[in-house]
Order: sequence, then C-alpha cells, then structure tokens
Amino acid sequence: MVDIQNLTFRRGERVIYDNMSMQFSRGKVTAIMGPSGIGKTTLLRLIGGQLKPDSGSIVFDGANIPTLKRHELYQARKKMSMLFQSGALFTEMSVFDNVAFPIREHTRLPEAIIRMMVLMKLEAVGLRGARDLMPSELSGGMARRAALARAIALDPQLIMYDEPFAGQDPISMGVIVRLIKSLNDALGMTSIVVSHDVTEVMSIADYVYIVAERKVIGHGTPAQLLQHESPLVQQFLQGQADGPVPFHFKAADYAQELMEMKG
Amino acid sequence: MLNKLQQLGAATIGTIQGLGRASLMLFGALWGRPRPVKAWPLYVKQFYVVGVLSLLIILVSGLFIGMVLALQGYTVLAKFGAEQMLGPLVALSLLRELGPVVTALLFAGRAGSALTAEIGLMKATEQLSSMEMMAVDPLRRIIAPRFWAGVICMPLLALIFNAVGILGGHLVGVDWLGVDGGGYWSAMQANVDFYDDIVNGIIKSAVFAFIVTVIALHKGFDAIPTSEGISQATTQTVVTASLAVLGFDFILTAVMFGG
Repeated sequence: MVDIQNLTFRRGERVIYDNMSMQFSRGKVTAIMGPSGIGKTTLLRLIGGQLKPDSGSIVFDGANIPTLKRHELYQARKKMSMLFQSGALFTEMSVFDNVAFPIREHTRLPEAIIRMMVLMKLEAVGLRGARDLMPSELSGGMARRAALARAIALDPQLIMYDEPFAGQDPISMGVIVRLIKSLNDALGMTSIVVSHDVTEVMSIADYVYIVAERKVIGHGTPAQLLQHESPLVQQFLQGQADGPVPFHFKAADYAQELMEMKG
Repeated sequence: MLNKLQQLGAATIGTIQGLGRASLMLFGALWGRPRPVKAWPLYVKQFYVVGVLSLLIILVSGLFIGMVLALQGYTVLAKFGAEQMLGPLVALSLLRELGPVVTALLFAGRAGSALTAEIGLMKATEQLSSMEMMAVDPLRRIIAPRFWAGVICMPLLALIFNAVGILGGHLVGVDWLGVDGGGYWSAMQANVDFYDDIVNGIIKSAVFAFIVTVIALHKGFDAIPTSEGISQATTQTVVTASLAVLGFDFILTAVMFGG
C-alpha cells in the first residue's frame, strides 16, 4: 500500500532519515516506534506530502507522492487520512460539523445522508451523544475519538495515527487501542501507528518498525522483535534507562564540571 | 562594522523572503476556479467578523475625530472670520487623509491583530495541517475569505468613518458653536471634488486595506506555532501594518495631491 524506498530527509544540516526503506502492507496495522525526537511525525508528513524528501520514493497506491503535482497530491490525500496528536478539531465547529466537514467538502450528498453518515461514524467511536458539543467541551480522550470519527468519515484506504496514546488515561487508552484494531479490521483500512507506547502498540500491530539513529534498527512481527538480538531494540522495548541510547545528554566530565563551579 | 553589515544583510534578505512567502500565499489563495456556492457562507461569516464587528470602533472614532476637527478648526478659522469654511475643512481633512489613515490604523489594531492570532492559533493547533491532509486547501478555505473580507470592508468602513466624522463636525460646529448650517453644507459642496477628493480617498483606503490585510494574514500564516510566536506575530502585524500605512500614505499623498 505504501512503499518507502531509500528515503533521505534533512532539516537544514541535520539528517533526519538516511537512506531508509519501509513497506506498509494493505489491510494491516503497521507500527513505527522509536525514541522521542527522531522524527516519527515527520515520516507521516512525508507520506502525506506535506514535506518533500531530499531523495528517495514514497509510493502510495501506485503514485510516487513527492513527484505529484498539486492537484494530484490532493486527489491522493482524499484516499488517506491522519489523526493528529492533538486531534486538531476545528474549534469553531461542533463535533457533528467537524465529522461532516470532509464529507461536505468532497461530496455533494444531501444533508440527510450526511447526517446519517456522521451519526454512524460517531457511533463507531462512542460519541453519538456528544455530537452537539464544541471541541472545547470535550476531554482529551473524547477529542481524539471525535477526530478519529472525522478521519474515517470518508472511509480512507490509509489512516495514519500520530501518537494516538500520548497523554491518555488507561481507560481512554484501552478504548483507542480497541478502536484502531476494530476499525482496521471492519473497514479493511491500512493503518500506520506512530507511537512509543510499547505495550499498546505491540498488542495491536501486525508488523513493527523501530526507528532510531536516522534509520530502521529493527523490524518484524511483535513476536519476532521480542527475540531481536540488537541491544538497542531490546533497550527500547524493555524501557531501560541506560544502554546504547545513553541516559545522559552529551556533556563534559561531571566531576570536572563540579570542580569548575567551586573554583 | 562587519557585524552590523551582516545584520543589515540578514534583515534585508529576511524581508525579501517574507515578501516572497506573502506573495506565494496570496497567489495560492486567489488563484483557481472560484466555488461560489460552497464558499458563500464562509465569505458572509468573514464579512461579519471583519467588517460588521469593526463598525462600533469606527463609528465612535469617526464621530469624535469629526468633533475634534470642528473644534480645533473653528478656533483658527474664527480668528480670520472664515467660520463658513469649517465644512470644507472637516470634509477635506477626513476624505483625503484622516478617514483612510485612521480607519486603516484602527482596522489593523481591531481586525488585523485578530486575523493574525486566529490563523496563528489554527496553525499551532494543527488545524491547518489537518485541513491539508483532508485534501482541503487552507489557503483557499481560510485565507481567501479573510482576504476579500478585509479588502472590501475597509474602504466601506473608511466611507462610514468619513460620513460620521462630517456629522460630528456638524454637531460641534453648527449645533454647538453656532456656525451657519446651510453654509456648512454648501461650502462643503462647493469645495469638495468627487474625483480629486472622494475617489482618491477611496483609492488610498483600498491600498491600505490590501496592505493591512495581507500583512495580518501573512504574519498569522507564517507565525512560529508557539504561544510566544503568536504573540510576536500579533504585535508585528499591528506595528508593521501601521508603519506601512503611514509610509504608503505619504507616497500616495505625494502622487495624488503633491502638485
């Protein structure tokens, strides 16, 4: 469904990805995990065509995203969807209008059918009763679920989740985990989940990529990864504070620095 | 010395880059097939937010500036026994200069800063990004209606400002200070030229509207998506737009009335 080959992306002088390749199979939940700050969200923006890579190809449904013309890119985006970390609901619209937004923009369906579609999507995320609320009246978990209903409003082929579990309480985390899996299975979508919540991701992903140091350091099914020989992969999966990724940010010698302050 | 030169160079390049980005934004917003049916409610809303909600400050300011002009003008004109020229004095000051300029300054403070903050916050909360990912162009959907609302409303607000100012002048000059009412209007009619004064004033106002609106939209769209970035962008909108209005006012005045 999405095939990334030899992707290189720089921000100024800083290399974010160096010659990285990944494949996301149709109908599967694929997770991308890795430490904070390695540009996982950037990868989703690259797939969505909001950023252009320095080199490499990102093929989505047969089209190489970075080479598409503006209107072709917009056509491709109609087939994909993204759930932002913040939810990114439109604050001046009610939950109902937020979910109806993509349908109203891209179709000419009569309002009665739009209403039916929106109610179905809201029912799927358990927020049918909250349709008249404004985004400011929702809790963080509810906002993310409302945004999820909006993201699936037009039944996209691909849905990208940016840190869907970040900052959620255990109950809403469980709800979202279940939703991602059930939506993927029921609607036959391809899902890409970017996250660093190991337990949740491992429980729903069919395939996992672990990204660190500008490239993929390990990939496989969750079971395969648990047996992975790389110490970096193991450090990440087991959440050890120190290891190949050091606990301390690069600094001068500790004792020497303390002595300097004294002097 | 070298450092200063470098700073100057960097500032110049930054300004030119900013102008380039603003032009691209405007081009992206305005270029393309219009979709009047879908866009109509968005435009109506922006005309209300940008235009109608600015009415109060424009009406009050216009009234007071007209009254002050009449009061100040009367004391000088009375010394020469030329009180009957109060009408043209108030009208010409407003039509040629104060109407377009003060409206633009008030508009930058009232509507411009609001536009910048709104768009900056939409950017910071990823609303613009999510719109883009839903295959809806934020330039067409967010920027274009606000641009047209600003460009069309501001000259209308300036005209309202002028009208209210002239009434304010009448209130003070005729009703309070006792200048002859017929003289106030007839001298104004005789001395105000439609093309030289009214049309030129409208042209000025249209230019200011363009400048203020584009600066406000660009600063919001280009804002660093943090609370500090948005507050900076909002301040910059008011400062840059006000200075640009005053600078262009001089140029336009020199071209229109300079000789």
